[in-house]
Amino acid sequence: MIDIKNLNLKQIRDGLQNKSFTALEITESYLGEIDKAKELNAFITVTSDKAIFMAKESDKRISRNESRDLEGIPISIKDLYCTKNIKTTAGSKILKNFIPTYESTITNNLWSDGCVMLGKLNNDEFAMGSSNETSYFGPSINPWKRKNEDTPLVPGGSSGGSAVAVSGSLSAATTATDTGGSIRQPASFTGTVGIKATYGRCSRWGVVAFASSLDQAGPITKTVVDSAIMLRSMAGFDSKDSTSIDLPVPNYETNINKNIKGKRIGIPKEYKIKGLDSDIENNWVDGINWLKSEGAEIIDISLPHTKYALPAYYIIAPAEASSNLARYDGVRYGERVHRKDLDQMYSDSRSDGFGEEVRRRILMGTYVLSAGYYDAYYLKAQKIRKLISNDFDNAFNIVDAILTPTTPTTAFNVGKKFDDPVTMYLNDMLTVPVNMAGLPAISIPSGFDKDGLPMGLQLIGKRFGEDNLFSLASVIEDCRGTFSNPTQWWIEK
Amino acid sequence: MSEIITTNEVRHLVQSGTDSWEIIIGLEIHAQIVSNSKLFSGSSTLFGSKPTSQVSLVDAAMPGMLPVINEECVRQAVKTGLGLQAKINNTSVFDRKNYFYPDLPQGYQISQFKYPIVGEGLVTVDFKDKESIVVNIERLHLEQDAGKSIHDLSQDYSYIDLNRSGVALMEIVTKPDLRSAEEAKAFITKLRTILRYLGTCDGNMEQGSLRADVNVSVRKPGDALGTRCEIKNVNSIRFVGQAIDYEAGRQIEILEEGGVISQETRLFDSAVGETRAMRSKEEAHDYRYFPDPDLLPLYLDDDFIKKIAIELPELPDQKKARFINDYGLTPYDASILVADRVSSEFFEGVAKGRDIKLVVNWITGELFAALNRLNLDIANSPITVESLGELIDLISDKTLSGRLAKDVFEIMLDTKEMPKKIVEENGLSQITDIDSIEAVVNKVILENPDKVSELLEKPKLIGWFVGQIMKETNGKANPATVNTILKDKLNLG
Amino acid sequence: MPIDEKIVKKIATLSRITISENEITKLSAELNSIIKWVEQLNEIDTTEILPMTSSVNNTLYLRKDVVSDGNIVDDILLNAPMTEDGFFLVPKVIE
Repeated sequence: MIDIKNLNLKQIRDGLQNKSFTALEITESYLGEIDKAKELNAFITVTSDKAIFMAKESDKRISRNESRDLEGIPISIKDLYCTKNIKTTAGSKILKNFIPTYESTITNNLWSDGCVMLGKLNNDEFAMGSSNETSYFGPSINPWKRKNEDTPLVPGGSSGGSAVAVSGSLSAATTATDTGGSIRQPASFTGTVGIKATYGRCSRWGVVAFASSLDQAGPITKTVVDSAIMLRSMAGFDSKDSTSIDLPVPNYETNINKNIKGKRIGIPKEYKIKGLDSDIENNWVDGINWLKSEGAEIIDISLPHTKYALPAYYIIAPAEASSNLARYDGVRYGERVHRKDLDQMYSDSRSDGFGEEVRRRILMGTYVLSAGYYDAYYLKAQKIRKLISNDFDNAFNIVDAILTPTTPTTAFNVGKKFDDPVTMYLNDMLTVPVNMAGLPAISIPSGFDKDGLPMGLQLIGKRFGEDNLFSLASVIEDCRGTFSNPTQWWIEK
Repeated sequence: MSEIITTNEVRHLVQSGTDSWEIIIGLEIHAQIVSNSKLFSGSSTLFGSKPTSQVSLVDAAMPGMLPVINEECVRQAVKTGLGLQAKINNTSVFDRKNYFYPDLPQGYQISQFKYPIVGEGLVTVDFKDKESIVVNIERLHLEQDAGKSIHDLSQDYSYIDLNRSGVALMEIVTKPDLRSAEEAKAFITKLRTILRYLGTCDGNMEQGSLRADVNVSVRKPGDALGTRCEIKNVNSIRFVGQAIDYEAGRQIEILEEGGVISQETRLFDSAVGETRAMRSKEEAHDYRYFPDPDLLPLYLDDDFIKKIAIELPELPDQKKARFINDYGLTPYDASILVADRVSSEFFEGVAKGRDIKLVVNWITGELFAALNRLNLDIANSPITVESLGELIDLISDKTLSGRLAKDVFEIMLDTKEMPKKIVEENGLSQITDIDSIEAVVNKVILENPDKVSELLEKPKLIGWFVGQIMKETNGKANPATVNTILKDKLNLG
Repeated sequence: MPIDEKIVKKIATLSRITISENEITKLSAELNSIIKWVEQLNEIDTTEILPMTSSVNNTLYLRKDVVSDGNIVDDILLNAPMTEDGFFLVPKVIE
């Protein structure tokens, strides 16, 4: 068995090309680790047979010198991406037996580039959640624990399983999605790199929708270069998605370790929110200094409508979700609760099939769109959205990128009780504005708090400025020094 | 008093006892667009295929599926707008209309609510014996059709076929400008003619390509508008008339008994000719329209619109004017001929270089009567432009008398043979040479001396002589020549 | 605008979500706390602001009118809870 714990995607790619190991060996190593990590509950479905089949195919290609860009690299897929003939649940009971007959554009891109599929990853139900606890399949558990404590911690969400699988070395990389922070927040909680691409950069075709105007894909990886390699394969124009943008995808890998001298970095004062953990605040200062030390220019900026992003988000996202989730009605697919009356069948199937948080957001979304309330809530929120977007436009007239913390706190306890839904929603405070404006943003592991839990810094870029983000992120990655793996407490000695 | 409509003078009143009532009618016409594939998916629009065979993953609203708009449907909507002399909007927006129904897979219909593709326009409607009216069009928008529910196949279940799901419709909304069942029927007939000229809708009501929602209210002349009821989905012009008459009568009866009309949605039961309230309460609906986040606004530049305008065919009103002007037709004959594009083309084909009056009489008389009798469309007529033209030539060059021509016409209907061939094979040609006719005239005069003497008293008896001569010649003698010779011989000058 | 129990019932019906009587109180409290919180948006005057629906500024991409899909009856019906002769079956609808 290969010691995959200390390997990142790029090293695996090189190892496969140098024939240090075979795709089958590396795949079997991951499958072995996955098998030992049941306690992390990162996977909803493990596709061992398919993985081995694909790995053997990759080995054939490698031996024939017909390698594709990601030949033989074992990855896993958030269970929001539809995968042909493989169960796709979106973390929901209502889809617990759903088998798509089609493959999402993004996963199709990855398989076309030679990736090997290990399985489907746990997530908050329909990506609605910030802790992975709304999953019908139970919460995924953060590989990290506080120093001298055994309390299980959440990995963040909604892409909890995607973050855990990378942090726990159960996959070389994973796919994830981000509607309000669902890539960046779990990446920050688990010491991994997560990038949400510009809205329109990655196709949404075949990815179960949460809030269509905000949903965007991206990878979670161990390193910045891995992130660049993954995104290049995932991104691209798709004529099946009307919101996809027809722009060439650069080779992001060339942006790693590029000189950032003279780059102007904005520091928005509004991100210094009440409740921002002091360790995180200090880490933010570290980040500023690292970029400055490499020649970047630091500029204080203002994004005045920041505090309104979250409440506006919690109108827009549920509104879109309430409509997007209407198709789960027990007629063409999904679980049906059999009733004699049609409306009873609808209502009981949906009540039984959706969890509490999903039901709450559907009701909320229905309310803000209903007659008499539309203008007061939905329309208002869309106007606020415009102001938030304008704030960023103004800032990007002055700066090339914006540096902020990814989350106000580090990972919290599984089962932590929030006073009300709003307190839980505050987790997304620093990530949501980016989705509202459709910008790219990356979270990079940047240090540990006093409890030894990973912290992350967020870099926000201009539209389609992912290349620039990779350059800046690689500087932070270098400056912060090596980042250890979590202790593999889940492996029984 | 601003709510009182003063733009239209009272045109039509219904007497009931001592009271007279005005009926106010507005129509929402759903016209299926002629296109190969659906509005937002690549599946076929063919009518009458096996259940589910024309359903794509998008039409079935599978998770993660996205709409992509069909260029041709946009073009057809613009073309129709231009044909209705309407304003084409450079920017239009697609909205979601949210409601649950088993034949609506997404749980919402993609439609255009606030910003339709076509704005205000107008249609002129002609009548045989009274003044034309102008019906104002409020708007035209694009939307998806739903699937088909079949309720009578089983006691316990409804059967859903999604073949129609996603087919493109134009909803054409009139202002409440119609005042009688007759006007409404004439309007739909005219609209259908325009759509068929444009080739944007086949107008086939039996197959559901054209359906009408009929809004009916009644009022005393000069009063404000009354409460209206909407009769949904009426699928023949005749039924529209019946539904209006029944519904207006029902409302008048309620009001005369001192009752009030409740605004509701009703269905027309063609078996009994009555409307009845729908059992599912429309009041419970709240469609929660909002812009579809899967689609961007549709921007049409002026060139796009101009290009379509240039390709616009001659429309019935223009053609009618031309027929009156160029061919000297009466307005009535012209409107009959332009009511159907194929008829108008048939007319122009035959008319070329021939006696217009003769051509009009043959088409609107013999041909239309025959087609009606045989229940055939002019497009499937056994008589062609060429064959009717040849027949008219045979009349003009006096080969055939009017009576003989009718016999030949009947044979043409049966055999689809050309008239010359029929005439030759059956020896039907008219005798025009004077010598042959003179011989017969002499014979008849000589054989009937008593009639000759009577003729001096009763000049009308000449008809009897003509009849005898025609009988002798088996109808082949040219009646005009017979007349001339007879008068000459009998000194009737 | 407080969400009372009547509104909760109405939106539950519109959303086709069954909620039990004892859930209603809790739900209306939760929804109210969210609504109260989002109403801070009223601090901002947005009269002159155009609403933003998408962060993408393009026009719609127009697809060519060709039949490129369909005839996948088995795929469409594969996950259906109830079918017969190519139809989806649902509890009988009374119009």
